[in-house]
Amino acid sequence: MIEGKIQGMKIVLNGKEEYLDRPITVEELRAAKGWKAGGIVVEFNRQIIDRKDWAITFLQEGDCLEVLSFVGGGCLP
Amino acid sequence: MKDLLTIGGKNLENRLFLGTGKFSSHSLMEEAIRTSGVQVVTVALRRIDFASQEEDILRYVPPGCILMPNTSGARNAEEAVRIARVAKAAGAGNWIKIEVIPDQRYLLPDNMETIRATEILANDGFVVLPYMSPDLMAARRLQDAGAAAVMPLGAPIGSNRGLQTKEMIRILIDTIDLPIIVDAGIGRPSQAAEAMEMGASAVLVNTAIATAGDPAAMALAFDHAVRAGRMAYLAGPARERQEASASSPLTGFLR
Repeated sequence: MIEGKIQGMKIVLNGKEEYLDRPITVEELRAAKGWKAGGIVVEFNRQIIDRKDWAITFLQEGDCLEVLSFVGGGCLP
Repeated sequence: MKDLLTIGGKNLENRLFLGTGKFSSHSLMEEAIRTSGVQVVTVALRRIDFASQEEDILRYVPPGCILMPNTSGARNAEEAVRIARVAKAAGAGNWIKIEVIPDQRYLLPDNMETIRATEILANDGFVVLPYMSPDLMAARRLQDAGAAAVMPLGAPIGSNRGLQTKEMIRILIDTIDLPIIVDAGIGRPSQAAEAMEMGASAVLVNTAIATAGDPAAMALAFDHAVRAGRMAYLAGPARERQEASASSPLTGFLR
């Protein structure tokens, strides 16, 4: 008997691969991951998306998300 | 008439710029800003750590401070440009400090990539302040590329070794008609004063303040030192001599 594992939809979040059961919005991802919206910048396939658009931006296979914030400092990659 | 530093259309009364790394807490950073009255503060852009989320640093930067994101993490011009655009789109304003640092040991900047990034971003409407290794030709190219100021390092970032590149900085001050802002390596207020006495337009200090025993007090000390150095520069320092020069004529009646 061959068991196939369905991994789901692959996205890249902050450089790491993640698998989603179904297409969700950025806002739903936020809630699932537990990041606080304040002071956060989201880059969706190299485009910044405003906070107001998180709830209407659906993630699809192959999408690349960077969830960024300003921090103190510099000089370290 | 006030002695103001004008960059990117802003008139600055305070010539101490503050880097925000290495503070043990955001509120200590805020206290240092408020105590010293700095008006320009640098920040970096990073991926958030989902596991441990810090509070938004921008909430601790007093209103009225100019935010200057840096492109730290960039190893080449393309990465610096990308970071700058993200920072601007995130609402951080249009000032940008270009930091292109491929070398991890000494954290020395790549002047060539910095020049390339400066040209692209200056054309894109940014107020560009590039961090660079003090080299006259590179500074000229940065000026031609549209930089609003030039930020030569005094010594490697975090080394607290003062103006190791003093003579090269002096050449820039003498030659380049842009604000020269000494950034990196300043370890003590006296070194900040030294830079200002030479004619630097401002200094950027991070480690020496953030890792001091009392960062707010150290920030205030630096503020005083920057003001003293600037006042001395404007007052016209007396020239150095090889030999002594007596202050009163030798008294004839003793002979």
